[in-house]
Amino acid sequence: MIHLFSLGVFTEDKIGLLNRTTGIFTRRNISIESLTVSETELSGVFRFNIKIKTTHEQIQKVAGQIEKLIEVLRVQVFEEDETIYQEIALYKVPTSELIKSDNIERLVRLHSARILYVGPEFMVIEKTGHKEETQQLFADLEPFGILEFVRSGRIFVSKSTENLISYLSKVESHPTQLQPIV
Amino acid sequence: MTSLKIAFAPEAAERKHKERITGSEAIIHSLLEEGVDTIFGYPGGAIMPFYDKLYLFQDKLMHILSRHEQGAVHAAQGYARASKKVGVCVATSGPGATNLITGIADAMIDSTPLVCITGQVASPLLGTDAFQETDVVGISAPVTKWNYQITKASEIPEVLAKAFYIARSGRPGPVLIDITKDAQFGEFEFEYRKCISLRSYKPVPELDKTQVEKAADLINKAKKPYVLVGQGVLLSGAQAELDAFLKKTGIPAASTLLGLSALPADHPNYVGYLGMHGNYGPNIKTNECDVLIAVGMRFDDRVTGDVKRYAKQAQVIHIDIDKAEINKIIKADCPIIADAKEALQALTAKCEAKTHQDWMNEFKACDEIEFDKVIAKEVYPSSGKVTMAEVIRHISELTSGEAIVVTDVGQHQMVANRYYKYKKPYSNITSGGLGTMGFALPASMGAALGAPERPVIAVIGDGGFQMTIQELGTIFQFQIPVKILVLNNEFLGMVRQWQQLFFEKRYSATEMTNPDFVTIAKGYQIDANRVEHREELKTSLENWLNHPGPSFLEVMVEQEENVFPMVPTGASVSEVRLE
Ligand SMILES: Cc1ncc(C[n+]2csc(CCOP(=O)(O)OP(=O)(O)O)c2C)c(N)n1
Repeated sequence: MIHLFSLGVFTEDKIGLLNRTTGIFTRRNISIESLTVSETELSGVFRFNIKIKTTHEQIQKVAGQIEKLIEVLRVQVFEEDETIYQEIALYKVPTSELIKSDNIERLVRLHSARILYVGPEFMVIEKTGHKEETQQLFADLEPFGILEFVRSGRIFVSKSTENLISYLSKVESHPTQLQPIV
Repeated sequence: MTSLKIAFAPEAAERKHKERITGSEAIIHSLLEEGVDTIFGYPGGAIMPFYDKLYLFQDKLMHILSRHEQGAVHAAQGYARASKKVGVCVATSGPGATNLITGIADAMIDSTPLVCITGQVASPLLGTDAFQETDVVGISAPVTKWNYQITKASEIPEVLAKAFYIARSGRPGPVLIDITKDAQFGEFEFEYRKCISLRSYKPVPELDKTQVEKAADLINKAKKPYVLVGQGVLLSGAQAELDAFLKKTGIPAASTLLGLSALPADHPNYVGYLGMHGNYGPNIKTNECDVLIAVGMRFDDRVTGDVKRYAKQAQVIHIDIDKAEINKIIKADCPIIADAKEALQALTAKCEAKTHQDWMNEFKACDEIEFDKVIAKEVYPSSGKVTMAEVIRHISELTSGEAIVVTDVGQHQMVANRYYKYKKPYSNITSGGLGTMGFALPASMGAALGAPERPVIAVIGDGGFQMTIQELGTIFQFQIPVKILVLNNEFLGMVRQWQQLFFEKRYSATEMTNPDFVTIAKGYQIDANRVEHREELKTSLENWLNHPGPSFLEVMVEQEENVFPMVPTGASVSEVRLE
């Protein structure tokens, strides 16, 4: 059975590590639904948020292979209901539509979206939410002509109380330990 | 280099060997600090600064110039497996680096510790399609345990320290370090300290005592327990612990291809070799045992056959240092994630002393069947052409099982490993997981240099020999005393066997018109002979083995011989065929 999983991959800062990580999916012919990378609150430690559709069995194997990569500190695997997650979408629509009627303004209100920018040619609307929500606004805005649209990957925090970062900062503050000189 | 911030110990202020040197010298000093005395390689533009400095260190660091970079990396693999040290090879950028890839992939799948150093174009040229520029870090990523590109001389000592640490610790593997030409020229104050840990990498997991107790309980209650020995035993140096465990528990043990020689062939508990062309008993008994104890092995498909019909009746105890191997192929009822030596020691303490004579006898009964159906006629043939098996039997006897046997890939590999009676550990060097033809000749050079006190024999097919035949030049130049055996069936034998058995004898592209190998070997001034008849076989083998220095022997063998037993692809281990 295919499920949706969120992987939190905590890593050292290393060029090429993302390549190695995605390679683990490529090799198994699994496509990545979304991916975001950001530095965590601990300087030098990064976090990949990976959204993936696969089986329970496969996700465990994949997580094991990722955790095996040298600079990966930890991999967390979550199912949908174990995380609080969010995505963000930006919609570029012609400004003329805003002037013509109050339809756009009404939609923005209705969807709890906001207007980020208004210029002479186009305006940009921002909406955060789950995919169905940002998709709904897309559908509603479509009749006005969407000039450009982008949706971010999913970011999430887990419902677990484990604080990985404070744990990590306690373990060792330095990634590499060399033999002391005597 | 943000990921490599170092915690300098307070004493660092009074560093001893602080001197300004170039990156190239730093590579050499780092290798020396790691105890390296032999390296394999091939020069070229982007690695020339290193080779230039190497000129001054010829007395400390022996460089073996191979005839192809693939030869250098296989030699480093052979060296590592025979010496238990990290193998080191060096190549230039672009084609030099890409020529290493096969060997690196081979080392990755067979867990061989390597540090491969490649030259790279100067850092300002990176990404410009400069002459001989290849993204070797990108290309090698899926087949290395770790890799890194150095663009500044000052990174060299720390990155190399890390490279050696990663290559040799935990489940060993190949590491590639790509060093730009400007980094080789750059000057800095050198200081070397070994890497002792990385916070993101725990090579040896902590042994979970409760798992050991659970395993011991399963073993103590078992009627038909069965041990599978993998290379993990050798990598962990757990031969004595395995022996103690088997002697106390009385459990029969079989070996994977790479686990061979961890137990001597005459060990009372040893029942033979597993897998597609393994022994009869070890295969079928897998589906009859009640507790299966896998030690440092990864359930390769050549061992398991159809996994859906593999050991379903058994409780599986899986001991492995690599957590990702647990449940990867076969679900473990009792995983023990640990170093084999430590796990076996703990397990032996908790296990009751027992014998399993009846169960052991079942294996013996299988051996008799195999002997009658397969072994007798191929090991002791009275007529027809020479068989591979009888050649190996003679060699095994003539060397008293004391040699290191390096095998290539194909029928001869299976036959050599079926019939050579290994007495000492670290004696079987072969390309297992990748099955790389062309592996044996260069790997045997490395083995001979890595274990100079031991005789080294390379067993190769006429096909594989021609994949790296140019390494005869290396053997000649450095007078590496390997004994080279080509078992010539004038076919790509293993493929031909499959064509015969599964493709109705359509011998598509497997027939070989070969050159005169003896003349070729003689061209390299290597003592060389050919045997065509059984009557000359033993004497020729004796002369070949006793020749001081390198020697070559070609034996013309039965052309259409098949290797049996055989578990055909997709079949279950219970369906192992004897003919
Ligand atoms: C590099 C490489 N190419 C192709 C193969 C596929 N292959 C496996 S065994 C074999 C035949 C080997 O023939 P030979 O070296 O003559 O040995 P024999 O089987 O006859 O003993 C081939 C082609 C391989 N293992 N490696």
